[in-house]
Amino acid sequence: MSAAPEELAADLARVMNQKVETLNGIENLKRLSGGASQETWAFDGTTPKGSLPLILRRAPGGTAASKRETAVPLATEAALIRLAEKAGVPVPPVRYVLEEEDGLGPGFVMDRVEGETIARKILRDETYAAARPKLARQCGKILAKLHSVPMETLPELRHSPAAAEIKQYWETYKTHGHPHPVFELAFKWLRDNVPDEDRITLVHGDFRNGNLMIGEDGVRAVLDWELAHTGDPMEDLGWICVNSWRFGNIDQPVGGFGQREDMFAGYEAAGGQPVDPERVRFWEILGTLKWGIMCTLMYEAFKTGMDRSVERAAIGRRSSETEIDLLHLLLPRT
Amino acid sequence: MQDMPKSSEIVEVVSEFMRQHVLPQLQGHTAFHALVAANALDIVRRELAIAPEANEAEKARLEKLLGKDGTLEELNRLLCARIEAGDVNGGTPGLADHLWETTLTKLAIDQPKYSGYRRAKGEI
Repeated sequence: MSAAPEELAADLARVMNQKVETLNGIENLKRLSGGASQETWAFDGTTPKGSLPLILRRAPGGTAASKRETAVPLATEAALIRLAEKAGVPVPPVRYVLEEEDGLGPGFVMDRVEGETIARKILRDETYAAARPKLARQCGKILAKLHSVPMETLPELRHSPAAAEIKQYWETYKTHGHPHPVFELAFKWLRDNVPDEDRITLVHGDFRNGNLMIGEDGVRAVLDWELAHTGDPMEDLGWICVNSWRFGNIDQPVGGFGQREDMFAGYEAAGGQPVDPERVRFWEILGTLKWGIMCTLMYEAFKTGMDRSVERAAIGRRSSETEIDLLHLLLPRT
Repeated sequence: MQDMPKSSEIVEVVSEFMRQHVLPQLQGHTAFHALVAANALDIVRRELAIAPEANEAEKARLEKLLGKDGTLEELNRLLCARIEAGDVNGGTPGLADHLWETTLTKLAIDQPKYSGYRRAKGEI
């Protein structure tokens, strides 16, 4: 397996030349990020007509290493992106899914869409000023299309409606062991208010400001499909409203850039089922609790020595941010 | 009894040193992690100043709410168990005030710039 960039560049060039029509080489291979479950590389494919900006997502070091149990395999992620594209969701087109004989491990190559994903820039830079007022409605429209992907076409996915999500995070919280009375109150409220499983669709699972490629014209691509599952479509509408993803713009509930009403209107206008704001609120509360528990979980990675970075240690102290958000939602002060 | 400087003064000056002298010389990921590190020291500084008194007050509130004595951790675990069992809920007298007070203290230490905290304080 190729680990060093030069080695990867040579292997990748060989595979691209053999498998992707029109490509005759690659250049400018650069590591963008590396997570526990995947690596992302940027590179340019060379063609007779000029260069083609591309992205490689693959397993860390090209190994089929153990992943977070909730993350979908990379080949599944590629299949989902293709299905979403067919349904009208803006995504980076997938050019090629790696095969075992390629020797690069599991992964895929997709187009590199130009734009910005850093939430604070999207919310503050002049470049996106004209796009910002349109984003909430666009997000609604995109989610309606995402939720319209025919169920029978989906690859095998985790099924996680509300009750399963609550159970999963309850177990994580209990394993972690530290007492959080506010989390307990939220769990109790959620269990008492679980919505019916009357509608099940594809759910993106991490649809929020930070995972959307934004240009001057608005949303250009929906990224990071690794938490996709089947469940309640309102989960996606609630998650993008979690205060942690508003990046300080507390009065713009949708991603820090817009209003819920605009997102709901966009959703319904694009063929989505009528939105019940109370159900979206349920998912915002569950989403807030989930992020709080994820923060404590990241601290666990530090404590066990898996990741001794300052960042991992410090993020544990961000769970209190979700506790104050949960109090605003559940016990508002008049 | 330790000699001077106080631990709060030590973490304060180290954080200042990092921001004023170390950070400007760094780039990329290392600069980001150094900023996270300086922020982490500021959490320690605020905790040293706020926690001793706030923890006593939290313990007193919990003892009154639960009718039991115990360490702060024991009392918090008991409160969690009672909320889980449904014996204590949002309508229980004193619970909402206790949770707000405790959470505002956490944020005053962890992240006083957080929007949800500033909203609760009437600052935004």
